[in-house]
Amino acid sequence: MLYDVIIVGAGVSGCAIARELSRYRLNICVLEKEEDVCCGTTKANSAIVHAGFDAATGSMMAKLNVRGNEMMDQIAADLDVPFRRNGALVVCTDPDELGGLQELYDRGIANGLRADSMEILNREEALAIEPNLADDVVGAFYAKTSGIICPFLLNIAMAENANVNGVDFFFNTEVEKIEAENTAPGGERIWKIRTCNGEYRTRYIVNAAGVYADVFHNMVSSRKIHITPRRGSYCLLDRTAGNHVSHTVFAQPGKMGKGVLVTPTIHGNLLIGPNAQDIENKEGTNTTADSLNEIIEKAARNVKNIPMRQVITSFAGLRAHENGHDFIIGEVEDAPHFIDCAGIESPGLSSSPAIGEYVRKLLEEKMKPERKENWVGTRRGILNPDSLSFEERNELIRKNPAYGRIICRCESVTEGEILDAIRRPLGARSLDGVKRRTRAGMGRCQAGFCSPRTMEILHRELGLPYEKITKSGGDSRLVIGRTKEHSGEEE
Amino acid sequence: MIQKRDLTCIGCPMGCQITVEFEGEEIKSVTGNNCKIGDRYARKEVIHPERTVTSTVAVTGGDKERCSVKTRGNIPKDMIFECMDEINRVCIPAPVKIGDVIIPDVCGTGIDVVATRNIHKV
Amino acid sequence: METNEMMSYDIVIVGGGPAGLAAAIAARKSGTERILILERDKELGGILNQCIHNGFGLHTFKEELTGPEYADRFIQQVYEMGIEYRLDTMVMDISADKVVTAMNRSDGMFRIRAGAVILAMGCRERPRGALNIPGYRPAGIYSAGTAQRLVNIEGYMPGREVVILGSGDIGLIMARRMTLEGATVKVVAELMPYSGGLKRNIVQCLDDFDIPLKLSHTVVDIEGKDRVKAVTIARVGKDMKPIPGTEERYTCDTLLLSTGLIPENELSAGCGVEMNPVTKGPFVNEIMETNIPGVFACGNVLHVHDLVDYVSEEAGKAGEAAARYVQSGCTEASRERAPIRLTATGGVRYTVPSTIHTDRMDDLLTVRFRVGAVYRQAYVSVYFDDERVQHQKKKIMAPGEMEQIILQKKKLLEKPDLHTITIKIEEDDASDAIKSSSDGKAISSANETSGAADGAAHRQTM
Repeated sequence: MLYDVIIVGAGVSGCAIARELSRYRLNICVLEKEEDVCCGTTKANSAIVHAGFDAATGSMMAKLNVRGNEMMDQIAADLDVPFRRNGALVVCTDPDELGGLQELYDRGIANGLRADSMEILNREEALAIEPNLADDVVGAFYAKTSGIICPFLLNIAMAENANVNGVDFFFNTEVEKIEAENTAPGGERIWKIRTCNGEYRTRYIVNAAGVYADVFHNMVSSRKIHITPRRGSYCLLDRTAGNHVSHTVFAQPGKMGKGVLVTPTIHGNLLIGPNAQDIENKEGTNTTADSLNEIIEKAARNVKNIPMRQVITSFAGLRAHENGHDFIIGEVEDAPHFIDCAGIESPGLSSSPAIGEYVRKLLEEKMKPERKENWVGTRRGILNPDSLSFEERNELIRKNPAYGRIICRCESVTEGEILDAIRRPLGARSLDGVKRRTRAGMGRCQAGFCSPRTMEILHRELGLPYEKITKSGGDSRLVIGRTKEHSGEEE
Repeated sequence: MIQKRDLTCIGCPMGCQITVEFEGEEIKSVTGNNCKIGDRYARKEVIHPERTVTSTVAVTGGDKERCSVKTRGNIPKDMIFECMDEINRVCIPAPVKIGDVIIPDVCGTGIDVVATRNIHKV
Repeated sequence: METNEMMSYDIVIVGGGPAGLAAAIAARKSGTERILILERDKELGGILNQCIHNGFGLHTFKEELTGPEYADRFIQQVYEMGIEYRLDTMVMDISADKVVTAMNRSDGMFRIRAGAVILAMGCRERPRGALNIPGYRPAGIYSAGTAQRLVNIEGYMPGREVVILGSGDIGLIMARRMTLEGATVKVVAELMPYSGGLKRNIVQCLDDFDIPLKLSHTVVDIEGKDRVKAVTIARVGKDMKPIPGTEERYTCDTLLLSTGLIPENELSAGCGVEMNPVTKGPFVNEIMETNIPGVFACGNVLHVHDLVDYVSEEAGKAGEAAARYVQSGCTEASRERAPIRLTATGGVRYTVPSTIHTDRMDDLLTVRFRVGAVYRQAYVSVYFDDERVQHQKKKIMAPGEMEQIILQKKKLLEKPDLHTITIKIEEDDASDAIKSSSDGKAISSANETSGAADGAAHRQTM
């Protein structure tokens, strides 16, 4: 089958584009090398919706961040994704650098932020709204439109919504080679994509492959780009520490990005990180002792008394840093019908709705597709029974007893939610898939309690033998087989 | 020649540090123990060490697919893996009651392997 | 069941493991009829069901039982006494006025008004994240207890080649279990300079199978993007930080963690029970009662135990006290004078109980505690205010093992002005006290490293 558009990569950019394009009568599919959406850069980042004052004025980053931020309320409401504008404080700890805060304000204005959405605070004013700021903090830049979101759910929701509107998703499908078919002069350009799961043909390609976007770009273009995986490590703290700060607290920006932040997450945990370390390995999501020590030390410069004993996990993510430090979005000059969506590092998550919109408009112009009459732009998330009243909850359990059985005690996730996560469009296929959709295993015991129980549900629902149940697809099998494998057999 | 060996008693969680002096198979002295179990353990441990083996066996038709078992008494330490081979080969039908003999006289030791939990038939 | 109508019970017990079962039986024997046990698993017995090794019950039954057998002795009594219980039932909330909210598939969400509540929720294992172990996050990293459940109850093998971090008892027991089931356990690494497990378990779980135990070692790297491929351990210095150049790499597919247990007190904290930051369990008085009258705690939710026999004993006391509380009309017992405070110092990390009302105490009261380092030939001393009243020499004391002293009521009554009882470890100058290079300082730096308050390795009733 010939697709109209193939999107490579099911991260938040690829899925935002897929959802936007699903408005049209087009044959679209998404190719993803991992077993699920949200397995790369979108999986491990600060989960912040940036206000838009940080990026260089006039850059794609600045434009799309500001637009993405504006769009986020509506998209979060439409897709039932938790999002809250908690505000951000960029704190200054050096009296000589206080002028830098004004620069942020001025850049915010230049980038199109409303003047009343920003404020420069002196130490007392900052402490009044954020009491745990470090003793060295001398002032702060306050960006009121900054927010926190669940990146997993945003990505998953966009993908689900695209899928119900007709976009195909192929997982475990790694792209190996992209080439243009030989066409007669003036004939239609067709791209051939060879994957580990066979060949796909398409009129247009969107390259939203995160840290691999340079690889695919360079397959078709003589104007090479280079993406450096820029690793950032994080520590996630228990919910009991979630109120330590109420705003996202940034350090004043430096050369390597926005510095280490301390923020509540939308789910009530406390998150600290990231540092920035350029590496070569595009799969190098390991943490190191040095990087963890670095973020712990740097976080403490801006926020005091962080209860580090409440750490429940640490992780690292890779930013797709392109040498030019801007988003590269558009048709590749020497490769017609090949649309790059590369270099999507921070503020990529914040920009994602705008990236989707931008690429949609671009393709709309080129392809002149017909709009669908029956496009559905909304999606319901997995019901969180904690949001119900006592009576409503009982009614739910009467109708579906699975909502009466707790599987993850730390996050209070019921079997009903896990079943929903597995059965819905593009449902979970692994422990991590369930975790990203329901938070089962995300709590303070880090799946010690629920993993055997979740495995049993995956086994039952998907008909998978235990040996084939994985943590996150591929070879990440959780058990190697049964005990007593030779019982009853004569050897 | 009199040999001396320091042992940690495994008779109970106290873990007494016991010193045994022995010559060939003859025990000369046992010191450091706080009870009879320690004395008994030390005498055996230096000449014929023994262990209790606990594991599981496969079950069919029960509310669980594995039933925990133990050797009702100690078996020679060097027969642990031989005993496991027998345990691994067994598959029993539910129901099972605590104390049911699963393997009589395992490996000719004179010791039975018995069930340590109840499995209901489903 | 009518869910709108609130049920009421004299005593609601949260947790049907060893503590909850013993508490229920004791409360019934003390004459309380309306008792309800709420258990989140599909059977009674708690963690004992997966502890299929032997060594349980020597104190209580004078014989060596396996975990399931020990639990069954109590479960049969619960059946015979007709004590009510609900399985697959999760307690969601306990309010300060003792309304327990619980949930299961068949009854939905329901509320119970309780005369008294006994907290018996047990403990959980500290996960990898709490230790900030660097490396990848592949499949094949399990807490030892999760692996124990998979192997012993579900019958699945987590892996073939195993490295274990932490020498807590579950880790040691799992080293043997995995070996017997055909896996190769390559090494057990322990951060502290001493094992957190029982000595007998080192002998019969490691030595018997030639599994090396590396003290003062920790994991510094985990390799493998999908499944664990290798684990690197390194020696740690006195500051508990890895020493460069001491790394040893082990290829393996599994890393088991046995690095400490944490009492599971989210429900207790939610209803306003005051917590001891050392044990992470509630402060209790001489009858296992928390700061909230009528709310009792016992077992590993109170403090992590080494022997299940002590859990049963302590839980029995909580059950009796809860029964007395409801029979007296749920009023606070008379308190003739302010309670006596127990203070843990000089190597003693905490005491249970932490306060004593002499008018309610038994003739003999067992006070349990743990020490913060290994002590040889040292004394456990008890001071009544400034006067030393007990001075007992112990051959060896270690953080992994619970210690106890016994207080006599008549001795306390002889001192009507007694304000504080202090328990401390004293080493006389002549003694060859070795503190295994880890004095109080080392312990606290271990805490920093492990990211948890109870850095000293814990054992458990498994």
